[in-house]
Amino acid sequence: MIIQSIWLAIAFPLAGLLFNGLLGRRLGRGVVGIVGPGTVALAFVVGLFAGLDLLALPAQDRAIVVTLWNWISVGSFRAGMSLLADPLSVLMVLVVTGVGFLIHVYSIGYMEHEEDRLYARFFTFLNLFIVSMLILVLADNYLLMYVGWELVGVCSYLLIGFWFRRGDDPQDPVRLKDGELVPVPANLNPADSGKKAFIVNRVGDFGFALGVFLIWTTFGTLNFADVFGAAPEIASGTVTVITLLLFVGAVGKSAQLPLYVWLPDAMAGPTPVSALIHAATMVTAGVYMVARSHALYALAPTTSLVVALVGVITALYAATIALVQTDLKRVLAYSTISQLGYMFLAVGVGAYASGMFHLTTHAFFKALLFLAAGSVMHALGDVIDIRRMGGLRQKMPRTYWTFVIGALALAGFPLTSGFFSKDEILAKAFEFSPILWALGLLTALLTGFYTFRALFVAFWGSARDQELFDHAHESPGVMTWPLILLAGLALFGGILGLPQILGVDHALAGWLHPAFADLEGEGAEAIHHGLSAGLEWGLLGLSSVIALLGIGLAYWFYVANPGWPADLAVRFKSVFKLLVNKYYVDDLYDLLFVDPGKALARFCAQGIDNAAIDGIIDGGARLIVQGGAWLGRLQTGFIRHYALAMFLGVIVVVAYFFLR
Amino acid sequence: MNSMDFPLLSLLLALPVAGAILVALLPRERTELVKGVAFATCVAALVLSLPLYFNFQPGVTGFQFEEVTDWIPGLNISYHVGVDGISLFLVLLTTLLSAVAVLSSWTAITEQVKEYMALMLLMETAMLGVFVSLDLFLFYVFWEASLIPMALLIGRWGGTRRIYAAIKFFLFTMAGSALMLVATIVLYLWGGGTSDLPKLLSSQIPAWLQVWLFAAFALAFAVKVPLFPLHTWLPAAHVEAPTAGSIILAGVLLKMGAYGYLRFALPLFPDAVPLFAPWLSILALIGIVYGALVALAQEDVKSLVAYSSVAHMGFIVLGTFALTPQAVSGAVLQMVNHGLSTGGLFLLVGVLYERRHTRLLKDYGGIWVKAPIFGSFFIITALSSVGLPGMNGFVGEFTILLGTFRVNVVYAAIATFGIVLAAWYLLVAVRRLLFGPLNPANTDLSDMNAREIAVMLPLVVFFFVIGLFPNLFFQKINPAVETMTSQVTQTRAVAEMSNE
Repeated sequence: MIIQSIWLAIAFPLAGLLFNGLLGRRLGRGVVGIVGPGTVALAFVVGLFAGLDLLALPAQDRAIVVTLWNWISVGSFRAGMSLLADPLSVLMVLVVTGVGFLIHVYSIGYMEHEEDRLYARFFTFLNLFIVSMLILVLADNYLLMYVGWELVGVCSYLLIGFWFRRGDDPQDPVRLKDGELVPVPANLNPADSGKKAFIVNRVGDFGFALGVFLIWTTFGTLNFADVFGAAPEIASGTVTVITLLLFVGAVGKSAQLPLYVWLPDAMAGPTPVSALIHAATMVTAGVYMVARSHALYALAPTTSLVVALVGVITALYAATIALVQTDLKRVLAYSTISQLGYMFLAVGVGAYASGMFHLTTHAFFKALLFLAAGSVMHALGDVIDIRRMGGLRQKMPRTYWTFVIGALALAGFPLTSGFFSKDEILAKAFEFSPILWALGLLTALLTGFYTFRALFVAFWGSARDQELFDHAHESPGVMTWPLILLAGLALFGGILGLPQILGVDHALAGWLHPAFADLEGEGAEAIHHGLSAGLEWGLLGLSSVIALLGIGLAYWFYVANPGWPADLAVRFKSVFKLLVNKYYVDDLYDLLFVDPGKALARFCAQGIDNAAIDGIIDGGARLIVQGGAWLGRLQTGFIRHYALAMFLGVIVVVAYFFLR
Repeated sequence: MNSMDFPLLSLLLALPVAGAILVALLPRERTELVKGVAFATCVAALVLSLPLYFNFQPGVTGFQFEEVTDWIPGLNISYHVGVDGISLFLVLLTTLLSAVAVLSSWTAITEQVKEYMALMLLMETAMLGVFVSLDLFLFYVFWEASLIPMALLIGRWGGTRRIYAAIKFFLFTMAGSALMLVATIVLYLWGGGTSDLPKLLSSQIPAWLQVWLFAAFALAFAVKVPLFPLHTWLPAAHVEAPTAGSIILAGVLLKMGAYGYLRFALPLFPDAVPLFAPWLSILALIGIVYGALVALAQEDVKSLVAYSSVAHMGFIVLGTFALTPQAVSGAVLQMVNHGLSTGGLFLLVGVLYERRHTRLLKDYGGIWVKAPIFGSFFIITALSSVGLPGMNGFVGEFTILLGTFRVNVVYAAIATFGIVLAAWYLLVAVRRLLFGPLNPANTDLSDMNAREIAVMLPLVVFFFVIGLFPNLFFQKINPAVETMTSQVTQTRAVAEMSNE
């Protein structure tokens, strides 16, 4: 069975990265463009066969551990280079390599203007990312998962900073109707964005690492199966602490409040990177980690509540910022943060399969939206400000229509993939607490609005920048075919998880059921919520109405009455400025952490090291030198002086003995 | 078994000295020949040290490749050498880095090449002697002997403030080792006139004396590591030292301090450990955070790497005093890791300095475009130093932190936070050296040449070998570490029981 060789899924892209990294520049871009995507396709095939192998096994046996070698053993500590292939990890393998393959193919076209060396480097890094992500999802223990976790962070760092020579990208201010110019914060340069992403992620990893240590001291092992098996016997306080620490890592990696600040700046990377790493796969690692650790999270209701709250608040928060963004990629970035919030809401309320469902559909439609945005950038010479676009639908029909499909799915338009997965989460949230549901629903309204705002402004109406418009052209087939395939997935992906009330099986929940079988009430047969059919239909209907309402409002504001948004911005000027400046959180973090950190560093270097420590030491040395010179004067060279000194000394000693 | 009569360690010690003598006899003008002989000697020593790894028996406790001969018979002081899992890889690290250092000096050193190379070779013997000595006086002799060539290397071939740096280096270390000499003599006299380490280990030293002796040894080692606040000689020495000096200094000399704790201070004076361990751990933690912060504020990239050493050595000392198998084995491995990674960073800084004669970050920027091979090496080495999984630093740091977490959660948490800071200062260095628009001053910057790549490559290979297959190392480190930690903790337990 090929599942015993699941490591091949990692080995192919690894071979690709070594090949392209060492030889790519010499062999030319034709070879690079075949090796890069080709090895990912092979990994996808491995994943596909592994999935078939799993299906052939009885449900309770669908977890295959493949140990490659004994990695670290010190004393009682053991960690293996070992992989776990089960329905959950294989699903992730398929999403990562499937979407990853399409993005690799797209990159052949998107990166065509790069010089040979950078072209090869780009595919090397992309393959490295696939390798890292597969290690993350296939790991059978927390240490190896942490390895993948850090490695994807490095890939993210390298790829965000891919165009490391570029400077900050200043944004045109917004001219309000009353004549006031509202400055829009500049987009951070790629090099600093990459650095920021890595360091913010390390803050999250700080928690994750402590969680791993605590797991080991508590369980004496880091193996998933052993940890989860022993979890019920562990004090619930310890499990709560462990899960909270792990979740700190997830907050960093999956860009949730308060560590989301790196993701919008990550848009400085090439757009295929934004699609692959910062939308479809890497940022969902936190969701995957929680789903993988569901045996622990299910035992920690406090943590789960925290997860759900962080998720839903982040979802709403990021959606409000997305309302006013003028950079198309940043609209999508904030929507990614928001959608990840939905996923955490799902796993927080215990709906692990629903979270994974939304993770999957989101990978389809968000990758699609980013690639379509990239197609626009490709056409406009890297312009990404929607205020300079307009009327692009005539020029780029394929890009336009695929973008529409992605936008519909993101907005939760009925029967698209995003509709089903989002509705499922909302229904589960309703069951848990109507308040969480209401917040989620409000977010859905905003989502429909900001998504179609971007769409109408960019693609409808007439050209705002005639020169750009004339320059625009549809992208080549190597870019549009991935768009079309992803559009198909975004449109029809919902069949993976149709709601039970339609009288069909929830395919994805059925597939994942063996991985979640330890949880009662989860899985295919239990996908029936505790809700009555009537209520469920009602929620479904309400979700549809809300999505349509959001889209309709966007139409009303940006097509029917294009003057209204400007009026609103003047009327609610302070709110508008607050949103344009992203709630000033970046400035706040600079003020609270970055600047004091740098000041403390300077103080340590100059105040303590140079002034205090070396001051004392050099001062001491000078004292000794001077003291020596002073003492040296005692050595007069006259015998009589020494004799006198000796005589006085004898008197003192004798006197001491007598007077004692 | 390696009970061979072949005096491998003695040969290894003699080889560089012989090379140094040969170099000294060569005509001064034949610089290429001088360099060739020096490098050949280092390679020969490296090859000669390899059987130590392959013939080392992991299951055997105690020392291997042992040799004992009378040295000063009247005083019962012997020439006693041997290696165990704690010293094995430090010996190998020394032979590797010596070869790397000599090769890296090929074009950087143009004056008095003969003297320079002879000193490098003498340095190698002194360092090897420190790691194989099993007699305290022998150890002391090598310890002091290693001081002189390094001080001369800094003072003669160093930068503008080289005299200040050399004197500072010499005085700091001398101050520490003077106390160590006194403690050694006391120990010798008290131990019935022996300075043989295995014999002393089995003798009973009263607890009050252990405290004093530990303090004396610990101070000498703390200067060498260096621990905060005794570290200020290090940046001065590094900034002024020639590249090869920095590689040896960071790669091997600092390890002598950490090794001293493991080999002598802990096993000889276990009763003193509970008293001192918290203080030394706290100093190590201060070093981790403080070293990182000061590194962040540096403009001179060499100085930045020097302060990063203070932080990294803090991890090693922290792991040493956690006294769990994971933490101590991790510390031993991390000594090797730090030698490779930081050695690599100094090497790369040297590559730049040789071309542009500046080490200030502001003089660079965007040079990855001009020097792609250099840039890739620098990023890989920086990531190794940051502790990226898959590479060496991660395994060492992880096991240290894991082992420390077992005994003290707060220490482990602070040290883990140090990893965040490490990412900060090293990525700042990468950012300012390699990224951003190309500084026009560097338009003519040439990439690394074949020799420089050849110097770097073995280090990078080891980054990954250690990162992916650490058990190749741990299986030989673990038994010695477990013997040592159980000795220290057991003796302590016995002492505590008898106190009650």
